[in-house]
Amino acid sequence: MKKLLSPAFAKDSTRLVLSVALTFVGLLLVTFLIGRVVPIDPLLAAVGDRAPAEVYERVRVELGLDKPLWQQFWIYMVKVVQGDFGRSVLTSNVVLDDILRVFPATLELATLATLLGVSLGVPFGVIAAVNQGRWPDQLARVIGLLGYSVPVFWLGLMGLLLFYAKLGWVAGPGRVSVAFDDYVTPITGVILFDSAVQGEWEAFGDAFRHLILPAGVLGYFSLAYISRMTRSFMIEQLRQEYIVTARVKGLSEARVIWRHALGNVMVPLITVIALSYGNLLEGTVLTETVFAWPGLGLYITNSLLSADMNAVLGGTIMVGIVFIGINLLSDVLYRFVDPRAK
Amino acid sequence: MYDRLIRFDLTDVSKLYGSLAESWSVGPDGKTYTFKLRPNIKFQSGNPITAADAVYSLQRAVILNKSPGFILTQFGFNKDNVKDRIKAADAHTLIVVTEKAVAPSFFYYCMTATVASIVDSKEVMKHEKAGDFGNDWLKTNSAGGGPYKLVSWKANEGYTQEANPIWFRGKPSNRRVVVRHVGEPASQQLLLEKGDADYARNLTKDQLDSVRKNSDVKVEFGRKGSILYLGLNQKNPNLGKPEVREALKWLTDYDGIEANIVKSAYVPHQSFLPQGFLGALSDRPYKYDVAKAKELLAKAGLANGFSVTMDTRNNSPIIDIAQALQAQWAKAGVKLEIIPGDGKQTLTKYRARTHDIYIGQWGPDYQDPHTNAETFAMNVDNTENAKSKTLAWRNTWDIPAMTKKTEALVLEQDAKKRADGYLEIQREHQKVSPFVIMFQQIEVTAHRKNVDGFIIGPSFDNNFYYNIKKN
Repeated sequence: MKKLLSPAFAKDSTRLVLSVALTFVGLLLVTFLIGRVVPIDPLLAAVGDRAPAEVYERVRVELGLDKPLWQQFWIYMVKVVQGDFGRSVLTSNVVLDDILRVFPATLELATLATLLGVSLGVPFGVIAAVNQGRWPDQLARVIGLLGYSVPVFWLGLMGLLLFYAKLGWVAGPGRVSVAFDDYVTPITGVILFDSAVQGEWEAFGDAFRHLILPAGVLGYFSLAYISRMTRSFMIEQLRQEYIVTARVKGLSEARVIWRHALGNVMVPLITVIALSYGNLLEGTVLTETVFAWPGLGLYITNSLLSADMNAVLGGTIMVGIVFIGINLLSDVLYRFVDPRAK
Repeated sequence: MYDRLIRFDLTDVSKLYGSLAESWSVGPDGKTYTFKLRPNIKFQSGNPITAADAVYSLQRAVILNKSPGFILTQFGFNKDNVKDRIKAADAHTLIVVTEKAVAPSFFYYCMTATVASIVDSKEVMKHEKAGDFGNDWLKTNSAGGGPYKLVSWKANEGYTQEANPIWFRGKPSNRRVVVRHVGEPASQQLLLEKGDADYARNLTKDQLDSVRKNSDVKVEFGRKGSILYLGLNQKNPNLGKPEVREALKWLTDYDGIEANIVKSAYVPHQSFLPQGFLGALSDRPYKYDVAKAKELLAKAGLANGFSVTMDTRNNSPIIDIAQALQAQWAKAGVKLEIIPGDGKQTLTKYRARTHDIYIGQWGPDYQDPHTNAETFAMNVDNTENAKSKTLAWRNTWDIPAMTKKTEALVLEQDAKKRADGYLEIQREHQKVSPFVIMFQQIEVTAHRKNVDGFIIGPSFDNNFYYNIKKN
């Protein structure tokens, strides 16, 4: 805890936040410009193809599209800082409300998937490294390669076909069954959490049955990545002299591997896990489509396809915030696991 | 969720029936319409449905003037005069005065449009914010007198409706309707076959073939109002030649495209009024005939064909149809280059009329034939900055004579004569227009055998749930 309060940490954090803020403005500018230079008339999305010329003109002024570009950007920036992303023309909701509705769905899915990926991927990687070249390594390699190369979309459909349609072990597409629609009062929007807090265990079970397959599919994908990375980090560590020393000292093999070697790969491993978690949090369009999962990826893609720039920019900023958050989190975690910091 | 004063019969469009109104008539001046509302009917809130609600609803639509507002404002209403022109004579009598004496059938069909729905004025006014007529609140709530009320609405995700127990035609037998957006048709198929969904509305051709084999599933279809067509820009000197326009109509293999690409989604149709509209022409004079097309091209001095581009949205089935046309047209030497783009991109170009050929869909705005006639057969001003930019304008098709004829039909008082007039215009249009009208959309719905009664109407607001029964 002391580390968190030290001036060095505060200084680092300030630098981080500053660099992040700069990146942010850059991100905003680029997305904004892309939104304005694409050969798409943003008003079409707002008024529809049939609107008479007067309506078209009125909405143009209403949306401030008659102003010079730099002025539009400035107005946009000021609003964003106040948390106002404008309205989505597709849903005609306030973009922030939309995002707050779709993001929990993605968060729930990505978190469970990452938990699965880490809890299986790390041991897989370690076992593969220890048994380098022998059958456990080959098996882990095949599993990893499959996870890498099979399209998530296809995997999802096959999963549905087998576990939902044929075996009936899990529930089908959607976040909850029709019977549980609007059953749990949303607090955070993360259904597992909300239903548990309210003691609605039936709803919890239903949500879990819906979640397990998409989370499994995405988890498999992140498992593949995490286990491959763990393996290569571990192999490098196991070649180090301190491992030999530890063994000579008579420490048990398990202790050498799981405590000393694994302890030393924690820092790069956290980076890998954070990156893969971040990727999942961006939303995974294909998985969300197959599982009718109303998440962030689907939201941004739909908005993009309808030239709904407010929503796209809002979504992009959300992704930016997610990455900053994850960066900060892994920064904090480094301090806890880095042996040199102890 | 909302009812209107009058509606049209889905099986015979020429028949209108009273919904909230029990009778309606037009005065001798041809401009004063009187609607008598049914007595003792109520909104879902329990408030009585009165002429005052009808007045509020129609004035609201005119003053808000969102995109569909023109369906009403084309009768001369605007925010300054609407208070005088739409009035209640007593609690059950609504008087509407239009600017010009138009064809009564035109006005009545427009009154069957969504924008003429009747809202519960007391309930809506309670939720008014900054003069928005409750618009914001109504996005996620309902205040109507129809068979269902809204329980929840999540954009792009789904919605839930619950039966309105005091609907004036009796409580719907189906208590709750949950509509979910499932983007992947394969997932829809699984949900349907597993029995977790009762209806699946977006199955593809192959999936429909596959669910037909399932004895628990039934497939049915309804005709929609959308038309799939090609627009040939007359700015292109080759497309501007009448022989070339006709040749392309002969060069299109309507039946082949139907069988191989759009089966269960479209049926061949070659006139601008879709089946199910007053005066729709069902003639199909064109079929795939390469020899005839070659002859016409030779007459136009293009015996060796020519090159032309087509802006095509990059999704199925549009892109697939474009590719089929590419192969079919090549037989007569017409080299078609496909420019793929997303919907908004191609539309932006089309609206600026910088395309050669545009392939796309057109759906009618309301149930009257004028909606399509106006856009396909009228072009009041063909200059770049014209006020009215119809589809004819977008294809730079200058047609003063046809414009006049089409305009005259709006005023025709006799419904039969009016229908005949549209037939005549469509026949001419079919021959000379720069529109290769190919298909009319149908909607195919697959459902569980034990659930039946969903009504598929010609547009999204004529799909009705209230008849659905589950055994």
